[in-house]
Amino acid sequence: MSLAFEWLLAIRFLKEGRMQSWLILAGVTGGVAIIIFLTQLINQLQGTIIDRVLSSQAHIVMRPAEEAVLRFDQADTLTAALIQQRGQRLRSIDQWESFAQLARTTPGIKAVSPLATGPVFARNNLASKSVVLMGIVPEDYLNVVNMNRYLVKGRFDIGSEQTVIGTELAKDLGVNLGDRIQVVSESGVVQNLTIVGLFDINNKDLNKRWVFTQLRLAQSLLNIPGGVSSIDLTVHDLFGAKLLAQRLSKQTGLLVESWMETNSGLLNALSNQTVTNNLIRVFVVIIVALGIASVLVVSVVQKQKEIGILRAMGATQQQVLRIFLMQGAIFGSLGSLMGVSLAFALLTLFASIYKAPNGSIMFTAQLDPNLVVMASIVALLVGILAALLPARRAARMDPVQAIRS
Amino acid sequence: MNPILQLKHIRKSYNIGTSIETEILHGIDIELSSGSFSALTGPSGSGKSTLLNIIGLLEPPTSGELIIAGQSTQNIGDDQLTKLRGLNIGFVFQFHHLLPAFNALENVMMPSIIHRHLERQAAEKRAQQLLGAVGLAQALYKKPNELSGGMQQRVAIARALMLNPPLVLADEPTGNLDTHSADEIFKLLEHINQTEGISFLIVTHDMQLARRCGQGFHLVDGQLTQSF
Repeated sequence: MSLAFEWLLAIRFLKEGRMQSWLILAGVTGGVAIIIFLTQLINQLQGTIIDRVLSSQAHIVMRPAEEAVLRFDQADTLTAALIQQRGQRLRSIDQWESFAQLARTTPGIKAVSPLATGPVFARNNLASKSVVLMGIVPEDYLNVVNMNRYLVKGRFDIGSEQTVIGTELAKDLGVNLGDRIQVVSESGVVQNLTIVGLFDINNKDLNKRWVFTQLRLAQSLLNIPGGVSSIDLTVHDLFGAKLLAQRLSKQTGLLVESWMETNSGLLNALSNQTVTNNLIRVFVVIIVALGIASVLVVSVVQKQKEIGILRAMGATQQQVLRIFLMQGAIFGSLGSLMGVSLAFALLTLFASIYKAPNGSIMFTAQLDPNLVVMASIVALLVGILAALLPARRAARMDPVQAIRS
Repeated sequence: MNPILQLKHIRKSYNIGTSIETEILHGIDIELSSGSFSALTGPSGSGKSTLLNIIGLLEPPTSGELIIAGQSTQNIGDDQLTKLRGLNIGFVFQFHHLLPAFNALENVMMPSIIHRHLERQAAEKRAQQLLGAVGLAQALYKKPNELSGGMQQRVAIARALMLNPPLVLADEPTGNLDTHSADEIFKLLEHINQTEGISFLIVTHDMQLARRCGQGFHLVDGQLTQSF
């Protein structure tokens, strides 16, 4: 079916009402640009935040179940009891090798790293700081947290008497690369370690507290020979971590927590941000639709004489309907094309202005092709749907009344 | 000669079924033969425009039968009616009603574009011929607002002839023109009727012009009082 007549009329009518056409086109362009810009901005910033938070921590941590005080009741006596919570001591995961193996073979798990972590003191001369000893298998741990990324000095090359510590701790202890520090365990065992690397993990507290050593040494200092206090995991699908953690917890009976639980505040904030963005998108779509509809309603009223003449000359109701639907489609498609360009310009401008406090790039001007396609389809559909009402009004116009108007 | 138009007992009422039901046309019978040149006269409010709208298939009669080009219009759908109108009836309105967004050539081509009657080049050629025939060969690309009233009416006449319809309805085609232009337009309609064999039904107040037509119908209060 040739739509030459409908296209010709649709375009010519739009050209005739040039000011109106440009105004509504500007409205659609702005709407599409806002949707793409905001979505891209929020997605990227959320991605950056998640990446920054999760790049220095495991996605899932497996720990031994908490010790609880068990109550012993006699069957025939009623006992009033105040149960005091039991303090949690450092314990090893029983049969941790088999659980680590289970995790390695679980689909969706990317890397597994056993850890022996616990409190010790780090000393240098008179300076003494309470720190967390991180006993790791370096090659496994690097698959979970890429510490090389955070090294500011030296190498992440931990031997039996070598350590890597945070820049803040180094400052507190007054030490530097190549210096030696003492690590003192709860039981008073002292171990000398040479600093082979300094890291800055973008977290002041961790920079003050983490002291990396080999797993075997940590096991000995923390008095859990052969044991590990936790197993760190990373996953392929970040947002599938919670389900995987629940599954592993059921299978192992261990306390298994995903980043989504340990960072629930962050996740809530991100989710609220997404809800806000969706609400903005919905309102923008409604406003754009109302804008298109109102301009076309005015256009139909202005053009009623012409519509009447066209109907008198033999234009069918369907042809008149299509003229105005096409106008909606033109607004939608042209608006989305211009909106995408405007969004890209805004993103470029924003990327050049918005930087992290340390000057690093927080944001790059990129357009997600899926988002562009989705926004264009939505704009096209909104254009056509918004035009439906005025188009039907035009098509149902009585030609005699229209010509007399 | 075969009739191009037959009206049998056409009645038209408004506000049917209400206390203010009004009958505008009271059983009109008209027959126009092919190639005729007829006038429809009558005072204001006599029902001329309503009758013309019914003949032009723009509104349906309340009762009676209308046969155009041998086809009865009773019980046919809106799309078929629209097609029948587009292919068999050309309209010339008092205020020409050209499309302001299109130039003279495009206005004349419009019926062909609507009905996809001719290929674009062929349609353009015919439109040029028609505009040449009405004396507007030099004004093909002028917009309606660049033409005088008489020229606009000539464009409207050329547009009415685009699909070579057997019948042209002209509603006060000279009503908005000065005497000289009115005479020229009327002569043009006469010329087309004689050379092309197209039937014309012209609504006019001007009895002098009406008497120049071969056939005339006078309408008073919704009834044909005399034919001449």
